Amino acid sequence: MASKLRTDLQIADPDSFYEDLIALHKDLTDEQSALVNAKLILLLANHIGDRQILDEALAAAKKAA
Amino acid sequence: MTAFKYPNLPFARCPELEGASPTHPVAIVGAGPVGLAAAIDCSLHGIPVVLLDHKDTVSDGSRAICWAKRTLEICDRLGVGQRLVDKGVTWNRGNVYLGDRQIYQFDLLPEPDHKRPAFINLQQFYFEHYLAQHVQSLPGIDLRWQHKVIHAQQGPESVTLTVDTQDGQYTLETEWLIAADGVRSTIRDALGQDFQGRVFQDRFLIVDIAIQRDDPAIRRFWFDPPFNAGQSALMHKQADNVWRTDFQIGWDADPELEGKPETIIPRIKKMLGDVEFEIVWSSVYTFTCRRMEKFRHGRVFFVGDAAHVVSPFGARGGNGGVQDTDNLIWKLALVRTGQAPRSLLESYNSERRHGADENILNSTRSTDFITPKTPVSRAFRDAVLDLARDHEFARRFVNAGRLSTPAAYENSPLNTPDTDNFAGTMNPGTPCTDAPITIDGRKTWLLDQIGTDFTLLYFGEDISPATRATFDALSVLQPSVRPLVLAPDGIAAARYDARPATAYLIRPDQHVTARWRHLRLEAVSAALDHCLTRT
Repeated sequence: MASKLRTDLQIADPDSFYEDLIALHKDLTDEQSALVNAKLILLLANHIGDRQILDEALAAAKKAA
Repeated sequence: MTAFKYPNLPFARCPELEGASPTHPVAIVGAGPVGLAAAIDCSLHGIPVVLLDHKDTVSDGSRAICWAKRTLEICDRLGVGQRLVDKGVTWNRGNVYLGDRQIYQFDLLPEPDHKRPAFINLQQFYFEHYLAQHVQSLPGIDLRWQHKVIHAQQGPESVTLTVDTQDGQYTLETEWLIAADGVRSTIRDALGQDFQGRVFQDRFLIVDIAIQRDDPAIRRFWFDPPFNAGQSALMHKQADNVWRTDFQIGWDADPELEGKPETIIPRIKKMLGDVEFEIVWSSVYTFTCRRMEKFRHGRVFFVGDAAHVVSPFGARGGNGGVQDTDNLIWKLALVRTGQAPRSLLESYNSERRHGADENILNSTRSTDFITPKTPVSRAFRDAVLDLARDHEFARRFVNAGRLSTPAAYENSPLNTPDTDNFAGTMNPGTPCTDAPITIDGRKTWLLDQIGTDFTLLYFGEDISPATRATFDALSVLQPSVRPLVLAPDGIAAARYDARPATAYLIRPDQHVTARWRHLRLEAVSAALDHCLTRT
C-alpha cells in the first residue's frame, strides 16, 4: 500500500509554528504539559481521521524514538 | 424493605452414598447462573445430568445484575425468560457524566420489534433462584446441594470426582464433566491448568442500597463526580427498589475500612443527599482479566468464570458464561447420541475462546480508560474527558463500559461460507436477530420458534409440492431439520435480507450456519454435515 502520510513540508512558516508550540507550554508543569500534548494529539488525530495516515504516523513517531 | 428470602437448599443423600457406583452421562460442578443454565439445557436435550454445589443457598449478594438481551433469549429457550423479565428492571439507556455534567448518552436498543429489551437488571440471587426452581419441574436433573467437589481426576473413559458431604465422602463417575465452579475453580486446579491474564491495580466498592426513588432505570456513570472527586462512580436500578452504587476508591484504599457502615453511610449521603436508605449488601473488590488457554481438556469443559474472567464494566461475565453453555450442550448431546463425531466438541473451544477474547478485549479497553495504568495513559484519559466537555468527537472516546453484545462466530469452521449474495448483518456464525412473525395466523416471535434442534427458515408463501418434498426429506435427516416458513415480505424478511425462496439453516443455539437464495436438499444436507464436522 502506498504511503499516505505526507512528510514533505506542509506548514508555511515552520519556525513560527515551532515557537507557538513551545510557547503553548510556557508556565505549565510537566503534568499540565502532558495533558495539553495529549489533547493536541487527539484533536489533530480526529481531524485527520484517515486510519491509514494515523497508523503511519504512529509508526513513524515510534521509529524516531 | 427487600423482598428476597434466601431459600434453604437441603442436603440429600445420593446413590453413591448408598454404595452404588453408576457412571453418569454428564456432571456439572457449580450451580451458579451458568451451571444451572447448563443443567436445564441438558434436560431439554434429554441428557440425564448431576449438578453439584457446596452451597446451602443461592448467591450471597446481588453480584451480577445486568442480564443482556442474548441471555434473556437463551433463557426463553430454557423456559425461564419471562419470569426473569417480569421481576427484573428493563433498561436500554445510559448516561455518562463528567463532574456533574452529562457528556454522553446511549440507547442500546434503538430499533423496535424485538421481544426482549437490551438489558434487565436483576440480582444474581433471583436469577439463580428462578433457574433452580425451574430445574425442579424438569426431568433428568439430579441437583445435589451441599455436595462439595474437592477433587477431579480424568481417565480415558470417564472423569472421577471426589465429593465431600456431611454424611461423608464419595466418588462419582461421569462420562463428561462441565466445570462451572467459578473463578477459583477446584476442577481447574485439580487438572493443573493455569489461568493467565492481567491484574488491575485498583479497588472498587459496591454498595446495594434499598431506597424509595422514582428515577428512571438509566445506567449512570460518572467520571470525577463532586461526591467522589478524581474517581468514577456508577448507579443502577435493580428489582425491589434496590440500587447498585459502585465507587472507584483507588488501590491505596483500605478495603476493611471502606467496607464498614460508618464509612459507607457518609459516602452514600454525599452522593444522594440526606435521604433514608438501607444498606443491603456491600463488597470491596479488585478484578482481573484472565482466561484459560483451552476451554476443553479431554472430557472436561470449562464454562463461565472458571474459564474466563473480566472486569465488571460491560456486564460480560455472567452473560458470556450463559453463552458458553448455549454453545456447548447441543454439541455434547449430538456427540453422545452418535450423530456427530467428537471433533465437534473442539468447536466449543474455538468458538467460545473467540467470545471470551472479545469480552476480554472490550473489558480491558474500558478498564484502561477508567483505571489508567501509567502517567501517559492518565494524560490521554484526562485529555479525552477534558475535550468531551466541548467537542463531540471526544465524547465517543469516553469509555465507561462497552456493554455485552452476543458473540458472532463469523470465522467458525462450522459455518458454510456464502455462495449467494446477501446484504445486511445475518452472516453465517451470527446469532439470529429476533423479529415478530405470524404462524398459522398467530402472532409470535422468531426466537420463540427456533432452537434446541436444527431449523430451516424458509421465506415463501405458496409452498410448491417440490419444496414440500424437500421439507419432508429434511425432517428425516439425522439430526432432523425442522422447516419454519416465514413471510417473504415481513420484518423478519427485511432483517434477514430474504427474498422468496431464501433459506437459512439455524443451529440449535440459534446461530446461522448456512444460507441460500434457493432451497436444495443436497446443499442443506452438506451444510448440516459440515456444521457437525461429519465431513
